[in-house]
Amino acid sequence: MHSILKFNEYLSCDSKKTDLKKTIYMKILVCISNVPDTTSKINFTDGNSKFDTNGVQFVINPNDEFGLTRAMWFKEKQGATVHVATVGGPTTEPTIRKALAIGADEAIRVNAEPLDGFFVAEQLAAVIKDGAYDLVIAGRESIDYNGGMVPGILATLLDMNFVNSCISLEIEGDKATAVREIDGGKEKLTTTLPLVIGGQKGLVSESDLKIPNMRGIMMARQKKLHVVEPVDANSTTEDLTFDKPAPKGSIKMVDADNLDELINLLHNEAKVI
Amino acid sequence: MSVLVYTESENGKLKKNAAEVASYAYEVAQQMNTTATAVAINTEDSASIGDYGISKVLNVTAENLKPFNAKAYAHVLKQAADKEGAKVIILSSSTDAKYLAPILTALLKGGYVPNVVAAPESTSPFKVKRTVFSNKGFAHTELKSDIKIIGVSNNSFGNIENKTTANAEDFSPSLDENIFGTTSVDIDKVVGKATIADADIVVSGGRGLKGPENWGMIEELAEVLGAATACSKPVSDLGWRPHGEHVGQTGKPVATNLYIAIGISGAIQHLAGVSASKVKVVINSDPEAPFFKAADYGVVGDAFEVVPKLIEKLKEFKSQST
Repeated sequence: MHSILKFNEYLSCDSKKTDLKKTIYMKILVCISNVPDTTSKINFTDGNSKFDTNGVQFVINPNDEFGLTRAMWFKEKQGATVHVATVGGPTTEPTIRKALAIGADEAIRVNAEPLDGFFVAEQLAAVIKDGAYDLVIAGRESIDYNGGMVPGILATLLDMNFVNSCISLEIEGDKATAVREIDGGKEKLTTTLPLVIGGQKGLVSESDLKIPNMRGIMMARQKKLHVVEPVDANSTTEDLTFDKPAPKGSIKMVDADNLDELINLLHNEAKVI
Repeated sequence: MSVLVYTESENGKLKKNAAEVASYAYEVAQQMNTTATAVAINTEDSASIGDYGISKVLNVTAENLKPFNAKAYAHVLKQAADKEGAKVIILSSSTDAKYLAPILTALLKGGYVPNVVAAPESTSPFKVKRTVFSNKGFAHTELKSDIKIIGVSNNSFGNIENKTTANAEDFSPSLDENIFGTTSVDIDKVVGKATIADADIVVSGGRGLKGPENWGMIEELAEVLGAATACSKPVSDLGWRPHGEHVGQTGKPVATNLYIAIGISGAIQHLAGVSASKVKVVINSDPEAPFFKAADYGVVGDAFEVVPKLIEKLKEFKSQST
């Protein structure tokens, strides 16, 4: 790890040598959040102060999985080293092992409870600084707390370029072309490495996602999973209590032959048309 | 000490969501016994934001801020916050706002809470209610940092008129060329059509429509209603519709006044993504479809019969009401 760091530094100091960089492997870090499966029923416990993990299946955050799959594509087609990192306790290790089984080379677990987005970003920023990564891919947001801030904060802390809601990414040398989703369309951007991506579906499509095979799962057991202790960082927000939406009132059914009634209800009762 | 709000614009005109974030900023300012100041970038009609209680507007006019650039805009807002001594900054939930918010948060070493659905529960300590678990729950969250950044959920707080005069002031932030970081080379955007992000009504189709060739009636229904079109996850996975139309937990969230789901059974992930919509109508041939349990109005019937009839009836209704 150390020699790659030095080599990258050497290259970035000397712009004439940037062509050389194409010939060495890009170093990618995929940041992974350990989240409840999308089908999970959400409940809270301890006087509504905590998420109830009882009976909940944890998975790689879907937005992160699209990023991981794109990283594997770079590894296969262009040559790259792919590491994954997460911030969490030992219970997150099955999720990290799954990322290794999908094909990541090494994993890093920062041994700390993820207090909030800023705290997680500070931890990952320390990992990225140590590893001298060229490309960092994190999900646009995690599907549990929906903070959507980790990639943007860590990019800013490290003064790396940043594209959010990214639905397409091509890299050539140290140049990147990315497409991001905007409200009502998309925008194509050019930028340079080192780069942080807030990724989502579109980076690869659903059908490209890999289910780890037995060989991958066996190999994952041999791969390095580094456990590092957290750096000093404060959280800036705290979830005090949680609650669930009020149950839905009963539905009004309208006969398919009486659509005037539906229009009447939408106009006079719901007042939405 | 004023509350700062970023009012977004497009082609020189305030965006629809500007009124809602301004209304929210005024509410926070009232709670904190201060005033609300808007930052408007390349916006011709920024004075009109005074209708929503904003008493001062910092107008930024700069060619290099066209089009949007998240990092540069975050620097503009940071400098505006420094100048005003603002401790609270209000943003929308647009894609652009969610892009710049974490950058601004890191620049100001602040706390950021997105997806906020109501006025602060208190301002000392500063506590807000936000959605979590993709609308399956709410969190009551305290912002402990000196600088607090709030992302207001679309269509959650509403537009509240408080007519005042917005005093305009030109503001020229200093922006170094090398902070931009990315260059926009192409914007591909639907023009003259409602988008899922800002439409009052969204018409959405699922696998029950059997194939992409049957989307004509969905588009026609949307057109009659001035609505945006959307689809369920399987439909975008099958490539029947573009990914940008996928709504649900892993797609776009929908928070419209009216959501019409046609041929969508209502998987838990889909329901989570659209649950912030105020009124939901389901049209499905299967009376057992889970969506009927989460909707306000339901029609059991074949979409291929119901939708064309509904289009005719709505056309009649529209022609009578105008």
